[in-house]
Amino acid sequence: MSDETLTEERPAPERIDDVVIRFAGDSGDGMQLAGTQFTASSALFGNDLATLPNFPAEIRAPAGTIPGVSSFQVHIADWDILTPGDNPDCLVAMNPAALKAHLHDLVKGGLLIINADAFDDRNLAKAGYDTNPIEDGSLDAYRMLTAPMEELTKEAVKDSGVKGRATLRSKNFFALGLMSWIYQRPVEPVMDWVKSKFGEDSPVTNANISALKAGYNYGITTEAFQHTFEIQPAELPAGEYTNIVGNTATAWGLMAAAEKAKLPLYIGSYPITPATTILEELARHKNFGVKTFQAEDEIAGIGTALGAAFAGRLAITTTSGPGLALKSETLSLALMIELPMVVVDIQRGGPSTGLPTKVEQSDLLFAMYGRHGESPLPIVSTTTPSDAFDAAFEAARIALKYMTPVILLTDGYIATSSEPWALPDLDTYPDISVPFASHDEADGPFLPYERDPETMARPWAIPGQPGLEHRVGGLEKDSTTGNVSYDPDNHEAMTHTRAAKIARIQADIPDVEVHGEGDELLVLGWGSTFGAIRTAVNRVRKNGRPVAHAHIRHVNPFPANLGDVLTQYKTVLVPEVNTGQLARLIRAEYLVPTVSFNRIQGQPMRAREVEAKINELLDGEAGE
Amino acid sequence: MTDTARYERSDFQTDQEVRWCPGCGDYTILASVQTYLASLDIDREKHVFVSGIGCSSRFPYYMNTYGMHTVHGRAPAIATGIATANPDLTVWVITGDGDGLSIGGNHLIHALRRNVNLNIILFNNQIYGLTKGQYSPTSEVGKRTKTSPLGSIDRPFNPVSLALGAEAAFVARTLDMDRNHTIDMLRQMHEHDGAGLLEIYQNCNVFNDKAFIDLTDKSTRDTNRIWLEDGKPIIFGPNDEFGVVVDNIGAKIVEVSQVGADAIHVHRADDPNPSVAFALSRISQGPYGPTPLGVFRNVKVPSYGKVLEQQIAAAQTDKGAGDMAKLIRSRGTWTVDA
Ligand code: SF4
Repeated sequence: MSDETLTEERPAPERIDDVVIRFAGDSGDGMQLAGTQFTASSALFGNDLATLPNFPAEIRAPAGTIPGVSSFQVHIADWDILTPGDNPDCLVAMNPAALKAHLHDLVKGGLLIINADAFDDRNLAKAGYDTNPIEDGSLDAYRMLTAPMEELTKEAVKDSGVKGRATLRSKNFFALGLMSWIYQRPVEPVMDWVKSKFGEDSPVTNANISALKAGYNYGITTEAFQHTFEIQPAELPAGEYTNIVGNTATAWGLMAAAEKAKLPLYIGSYPITPATTILEELARHKNFGVKTFQAEDEIAGIGTALGAAFAGRLAITTTSGPGLALKSETLSLALMIELPMVVVDIQRGGPSTGLPTKVEQSDLLFAMYGRHGESPLPIVSTTTPSDAFDAAFEAARIALKYMTPVILLTDGYIATSSEPWALPDLDTYPDISVPFASHDEADGPFLPYERDPETMARPWAIPGQPGLEHRVGGLEKDSTTGNVSYDPDNHEAMTHTRAAKIARIQADIPDVEVHGEGDELLVLGWGSTFGAIRTAVNRVRKNGRPVAHAHIRHVNPFPANLGDVLTQYKTVLVPEVNTGQLARLIRAEYLVPTVSFNRIQGQPMRAREVEAKINELLDGEAGE
Repeated sequence: MTDTARYERSDFQTDQEVRWCPGCGDYTILASVQTYLASLDIDREKHVFVSGIGCSSRFPYYMNTYGMHTVHGRAPAIATGIATANPDLTVWVITGDGDGLSIGGNHLIHALRRNVNLNIILFNNQIYGLTKGQYSPTSEVGKRTKTSPLGSIDRPFNPVSLALGAEAAFVARTLDMDRNHTIDMLRQMHEHDGAGLLEIYQNCNVFNDKAFIDLTDKSTRDTNRIWLEDGKPIIFGPNDEFGVVVDNIGAKIVEVSQVGADAIHVHRADDPNPSVAFALSRISQGPYGPTPLGVFRNVKVPSYGKVLEQQIAAAQTDKGAGDMAKLIRSRGTWTVDA
């Protein structure tokens, strides 16, 4: 903002530690963009943050209706936060449907910012309101501030060169400007972004910047908005940070793995929500030697990846639940012929098409068992958006070292959410390259199934290597020559060998760490529930009650110490966004009783709910 | 085999016992392929054979090259991965009418339309052999099999028409028992850059014997084999008395004496427009009566593998080689001081 506006008299902002803001509007209202830009400014300002986008599966559900509402939640703080927050402290509602869909989440007494222009009879009817909530007193429990955002936007952009209905498109920038004022965010980064996106001096740039400034200035000049807030930069560990979205971290982690494996990266994939952005991200980096292949279907996605693996590349395929089902048969071939590959499954609500844009952890048992025959595979999971980088790297490491396909499980929440990422020193990542097979003809014929004594991996001989010509295939293999074998003892031995190779990975993964204290209650989680569980556990501990948290990255095989850890606690609580799939695996593997806490609403696990469950269990034990 | 040849046919044979039924057409095709490969000056380790599931898909086990026996129908997809990952390789796909046209039809047409550097050999025996005799997508209407006791009511694919419909840049057809012609077709397909489909009428003497009898029996074959030769008029018959004319409606068989030699269509495999090749493929719906054999289409289209390599090279020239440390900072960073 210009200096003259900044020097005007105004009350000092109220200092707060953190705030959860949700931008909600029609899919066409640009709320994802407003939220992302608000987040970017906050990141550059130095806050810690976590985001949660939430959009309909339909590209354009009918405008003004509740199914058409799209939202973006961001939690910004001056301390180290782990979740995008359970309930917003502030809700921006761009139309009645957005208000109706999200009001029930807003904390009582929370701030409600409303685009009054959208509250006409037609929109009210579409959202199912009989009376106008702005006027009928039903919002008295909140601090409501309304602004005629559409009128003011139209006025602000009238000289921009944008004409007609298109002028209204900038209203998200008006809202963003107003929110930037209320929460004292810098708007310069937004203006820079608009210019880089739409051109230094294009009509769209002018319109968006004018609307942004108009929103900000409206906050300054309007009495109603004099109560502002300020969130200081977070005391994050020293370092260089960027704001990273989970799928980008996954893509970059795979690229880093390829570099450390000294192999070109090859991804064969078919577009599917919410995995597609990994393919898109990788497609932008051909200059890294990355080959991206958009296949004709999911089966060809993994098929081309498997072919690339045979040809000696770091092979990747990405998908979500329905696609993993289609890939299942080829995945079995990949483990039969023991070629390295990473299959990234971005879990979403299922079964069938289910909730394509929502989160669920319901593919765990499918990843574990969803193949014909005895077909064990390593499974690696991801805790947070930035953690996806390391998880992807780890999945690739295991795949190459043990010559096996690996399933990397992330989910729709991790895929689209963002958080600050302390940029790692890439030089500290290990060399994960594996030598291709070598063979001296004097030693007799090349044996493609003769295993490394330590890892049990078979040699990787790739087309083009002379003297190592060999055939692999789905038929059972002789244990050394790899030739087709129908021998009963050989089949039994090979079945055990394939399992033993995966089990052996346990010795090569870190122990699970326990955070917290006591021997009453362990909260055991995996995947994207990390933030909610850790936040809940820390809140309970702050109240002086003993509770511990362990979170599993390696779901198969489990960390070596997991069994010992579990038996140290009277109760093991397993919160999951499914009906209790990890709990089943734990009980089957360790014969340890568990208490499940399950939420299957397409939303990330909420810290508050986990906290309540922990307290309930601790109360119960205390009462006994 | 000349003295200068690097390889003998035996260099391409493996120690695995060949397990097709005695008399199966697959044996002849295997011999033709091995003979052709031995005639080339291409390193043996640069060949990769990829197959799906079916009798013919055992083929890679019998080739002393790199090989993959994969998933039913998926060989074109898996081979696409190999060929695009490393375009220096010579990748062969071995498939059948069930494998390539039924369960794997989707992968086949997409490999063809993309012009991936693949040589696809489709063993068409018009039956499911490995599962012991059910009708296939190329079986004729009315065919009685164990799953069609009253006769098949499926309308069959003509594989050549299908490939041309997918705008395959190379499409040919031959007969298993004609080794010289098979080898010539293999050569032309291999020399073509990009995806090629060679349909081989392959006799399954156990479950569908004599399916190609019109084209193989001494008494009928000269009347029914229409040899397509590039640049030559399409005439056939024991005394070259028949020919093919092409008009706006399609291709049809005529007696040369009736229309005059000048009216006979001169075959041009390199015609960029696939319509005439398609018309020729419609002369017979299957191996019944006069049926064209040879190269239907052979046009130059940049192969997928090469174009992909060019994109990568261009991106590297444009942006420089990738730098991970720069990439992870590319979305804007901020620094927290100690
Ligand atoms: S069943 Fe038919 S196609 Fe199969 S091997 Fe026997 S003869 Fe050949």
